[in-house]
Amino acid sequence: MTVGKDVSALFPDVVNCMQTDNLELKKLVYLYLMNYAKSQPDMAIMAVNTFVKDCEDPNPLIRALAVRTMGCIRVDKITEYLCEPLRKCLKDEDPYVRKTAAVCVAKLHDINAQLVEDQGFLDTLKDLISDSNPMVVANAAAALSEIAESHPSSNLLDLNPQSINKLLTALNECTEWGQIFILDCLANYTPKDDREAQSICERVTPRLSHANSAVVLSAVKVLMKFMEMLSKDLDYYGTLLKKLAPPLVTLLSAEPELQYVALRNINLIVQKRPEILKHEMKVFFVKYNDPIYVKLEKLDIMIRLASQANIAQVLAELKEYATEVDVDFVRKAVRAIGRCAIKVEQSAERCVSTLLDLIQTKVNYVVQEAIVVIKDIFRKYPNKYESVIATLCENLDSLDEPEARAAMIWIVGEYAERIDNADELLESFLEGFHDESTQVQLQLLTAIVKLFLKKPTETQELVQQVLSLATQDSDNPDLRDRGYIYWRLLSTDPVAAKEVVLAEKPLISEETDLIEPTLLDELICYIGTLASVYHKPPSAFVEGGRGVVHKSLPPRTASNESTESPETAPAGAPPGEQPDVIPAQGDLLGDLLNLDLGPPVSGPPLATSSVQMGAVDLLGGGLDSLIGGTNFVAPTTAAAPANLGAPIGSGLSDLFDLTSGVGTLSGSYVAPKAVWLPAMKAKGLEISGTFTRQVASISMDLQLTNKALQVMTDFAIQFNRNSFGLAPAAPLQVHAPLSPNQTVEISLPLSTVGSVMKMEPLNNLQVAVKNNIDVFYFRTLYPLHILFVEDGKMGES
Amino acid sequence: MIHSLFLINCSGDIFLEKHWKSVVSQSVCDYFFEAQEKAADVENVPPVISTPHHYLISIYRDKLFFVSVIQTEVPPLFVIEFLHRVADTFQDYFGECSEAAIKDNVVIVYELLEEMLDNGFPLATESNILKELIKPPTILRSVVNSITGSSNVGDTLPTGQLSNIPWRRAGVKYTNNEAYFDVIEEIDAIIDKSGSTVFAEIQGVIDACIKLSGMPDLSLSFMNPRLLDDVSFHPCIRFKRWESERVLSFIPPDGNFRLISYRVSSQNLVAIPVYVKHSISFKENSSCGRFDITIGPKQNMGKTIEGITVTVHMPKVVLNMNLTPTQGSYTFDPVTKVLTWDVGKITPQKLPSLKGLVNLQSGAPKPEENPSLNIQFKIQQLAISGLKVNRLDMYGEKYKPFKGVKYVTKAGKFQVRT
Repeated sequence: MTVGKDVSALFPDVVNCMQTDNLELKKLVYLYLMNYAKSQPDMAIMAVNTFVKDCEDPNPLIRALAVRTMGCIRVDKITEYLCEPLRKCLKDEDPYVRKTAAVCVAKLHDINAQLVEDQGFLDTLKDLISDSNPMVVANAAAALSEIAESHPSSNLLDLNPQSINKLLTALNECTEWGQIFILDCLANYTPKDDREAQSICERVTPRLSHANSAVVLSAVKVLMKFMEMLSKDLDYYGTLLKKLAPPLVTLLSAEPELQYVALRNINLIVQKRPEILKHEMKVFFVKYNDPIYVKLEKLDIMIRLASQANIAQVLAELKEYATEVDVDFVRKAVRAIGRCAIKVEQSAERCVSTLLDLIQTKVNYVVQEAIVVIKDIFRKYPNKYESVIATLCENLDSLDEPEARAAMIWIVGEYAERIDNADELLESFLEGFHDESTQVQLQLLTAIVKLFLKKPTETQELVQQVLSLATQDSDNPDLRDRGYIYWRLLSTDPVAAKEVVLAEKPLISEETDLIEPTLLDELICYIGTLASVYHKPPSAFVEGGRGVVHKSLPPRTASNESTESPETAPAGAPPGEQPDVIPAQGDLLGDLLNLDLGPPVSGPPLATSSVQMGAVDLLGGGLDSLIGGTNFVAPTTAAAPANLGAPIGSGLSDLFDLTSGVGTLSGSYVAPKAVWLPAMKAKGLEISGTFTRQVASISMDLQLTNKALQVMTDFAIQFNRNSFGLAPAAPLQVHAPLSPNQTVEISLPLSTVGSVMKMEPLNNLQVAVKNNIDVFYFRTLYPLHILFVEDGKMGES
Repeated sequence: MIHSLFLINCSGDIFLEKHWKSVVSQSVCDYFFEAQEKAADVENVPPVISTPHHYLISIYRDKLFFVSVIQTEVPPLFVIEFLHRVADTFQDYFGECSEAAIKDNVVIVYELLEEMLDNGFPLATESNILKELIKPPTILRSVVNSITGSSNVGDTLPTGQLSNIPWRRAGVKYTNNEAYFDVIEEIDAIIDKSGSTVFAEIQGVIDACIKLSGMPDLSLSFMNPRLLDDVSFHPCIRFKRWESERVLSFIPPDGNFRLISYRVSSQNLVAIPVYVKHSISFKENSSCGRFDITIGPKQNMGKTIEGITVTVHMPKVVLNMNLTPTQGSYTFDPVTKVLTWDVGKITPQKLPSLKGLVNLQSGAPKPEENPSLNIQFKIQQLAISGLKVNRLDMYGEKYKPFKGVKYVTKAGKFQVRT
């Protein structure tokens, strides 16, 4: 707005204008303050008085504006003054002010989370969920969701049937944006039985006809998730399926950007429930002026929806696309024809003839792509379409991409007995052996060995030549190893070689690019979010591993089964019996199960979960120690026999340790160091550590690693008040500056004379570490045994 | 939520930035420029780009990129919808959404952006509410303001903000009370070489212009509501009434707005009003080709088809075209290779055609692909799906409004493959 000029010098003059009655001027002054307060924190204090005064203005617009602006001034000193006016505004009689104040809590939390918790604003915010005004409810839900995202372990959004009811009522009356927040909130709720799920679905369905596509997609998410709980024989289930198709199709008539996001989500939905869109194939037909990102997505979905019923149409379309201009798109279209052949057996013949037509066009990249997919068709339907090999061989010379060359060589080797001049063909490839890519080299080696086994008399020379090329002249270990294996096989037992090399190959699977079912289920819970666009769980890309809460589809429970208590049901059920039961989040045992059941990508690293989920930490650490039993620090004196039991006890090691602690005088069990503060969260500073007790003194062993690019200095540490009054007994001594990639180990002596405050859980410790860059906070749990004195009595507590 | 917004013009200048939370450096846009370079064509820039610390979600409207920066998991559709809403608002306020208009009204733009989003949460996006908060610029108003010293910013709480009908303000007064509805249908179709329909559907909207005093409660009924099975509604419509009685019942916003949009997809309902006879051929080993297209009416329900334009993206090897139209005029842009033929009306007695020679680059191989024809047309007084408004009733107010319904059918994405 200032055309890039720095006008911060005018600060005092601008602040003087603040107490004006002209609303436009006031707004502009506020705008100025938001931009420049950070650069002039001391002067910004001058504005506080006016803010406080404006918060009591009779005009609600001004009250709201003041609260809104104060929240945007990211200066710590001002934040403190903000608390009182904010508290008042949260209870303001005017809903406009209340709804603005609700968002302000989220702003404040972003600046100073501790302050918000201490001041009890979170509880007030929760109360606002039951407000009489729908807009206030929606904003409170939005603010809570945003706060909860940075605190996955907090139970901020613990919804109960009453609050769900409130949200559903507000849903009908609030603005479109509010509806999105509320729907996203609802999606996190797990209904207690199918009846509740159905009633929520019924009240959400009208949102499918909303003009705002984000509302539609959020509603689809809620429905897709809760549908999981409905029994398939229910009439309602069928109705719901039918209702889902039209809104999804409508999304495709919107702007291309919206189409893209919608298509990425439809891709997931089609994999989960293909029945929804099975009759809607035509809407995915590509228009030539669609942006390329839309074209590619549409093609993907077309293949997923291809079936015997519509294959003729699909093939005609794909053939059309294969003559378009855009190379990437044409390639994908040709590939798609091959995938159709593999997916729908009845169409294979037609697909092959289409591919042959395309090869006749002699367009270089079309031919290459066609040959790659024909290879796959041969693998799927062996001994059926070999008559086309002659046509393929005609195009040998035009192949210049490794994948196509490799495919062609595979075909020649595989069907060597039917190709009269197979040896000549392969020999021609062999001439430039060293210039080929590894893929082609490997394929050529295998193909020539196959040829030799089929026609041993004429090709002896050829096979020797390739074996020597592969084993002596190549420095690629894969190629060399494969060469040696073949060589040995051939020289020791040609019959065995034949059995190995010419063994019957397993058929290739129908669809190779399906998303793994567990991941798919998780992604269904993330419909409409970035995760659904990337087809990755948020844990794989959300910065700093923050907000890594695994969502899972609710298990299908009939209402008559709900007599079991809900807490024990999910965790107690053995995974073998009900494979689709993924326990509710936050459940301690549940999370462990999830670690085991989840696909490798979605499993959160143990270290991260130990930071967030206190309770899991114990067990997580235990698991760690089970795997790496050597991590244990050897006791300084001869260990009591009981101590040896500790590693075996895994999760219970702490318990064992209690006994051993009593037995030994000095030295006790030391848990392996866990990462307390991952580098991503602390601008490159990684802290891992553990607690030890040695001869009547407690210490915290820290390992600081600098993973940033700059040098770190001026370290300091502070503990929050905790249950046992733990406090550093000496300042944190890091003598030299910590240069990038350097690690230091520090033992920080602790005392138990600090101020006491009961924590939840009892052994929770909140720590702040400061360096020249910033202040970082983390929390950890300390094993209780470090507090125990060696004579068997508990230390001052 | 939405962190920042950058407006970027076609030549890659960031000419406006707005931050709702802390300031994000402009350098984040470099990732966007990188993607833009890769995409070659401006329309092919992927809408969601991830960078090491942020996500960039962008839309392309009126030759401008609206690039928003987000940091946490936010529904991308939410952001895209919002960005379109921002563009709509600029359009509404300044008459056009262009770099010049935005630069001329930079103060209002910032005031608007400030009102529309608070800490990344949408605040007031309804044009009615915004106009009460910030009055749109007019020459008269700026003269009056500069004399009297009053401002563009309203100092009362917008009444709609909190009521259950946020889209309407209280105390609306008109001397002439009018309610007009436009039923606009666009035919999206793909016609293949032989003239048969590969895919066709109708995208319809009903746009309303309502200037009624007070708090009118309208209900609009159709002769054949069963046509509408896939509908998106403006929030003002009472969904329950529609479910049970198939009547649109609503308290309308003031002014222009889109009441519903709908889709008719069952093939037999979608009539194709024009046909195209075409023969485009390129000779092997010669530097010329033939081009011949003729357009004729088909299933036009007895109405005149007008405003016909044909655009063809010719293959790259085409150097020039030498054509004679029987009607209208044509242009060929040798740089973009786009042929545009402005046909006008179809008279069934003499069908318009465009014939002639195509000059190809000498020596280049003959093009593999035949170009698709993009056709635009318009039919007044007809909704091609057959949708008809039955009646409009008004409750809640005493006066008698003027009422009117207009029907138009247009070509949407209407493509003929050759």
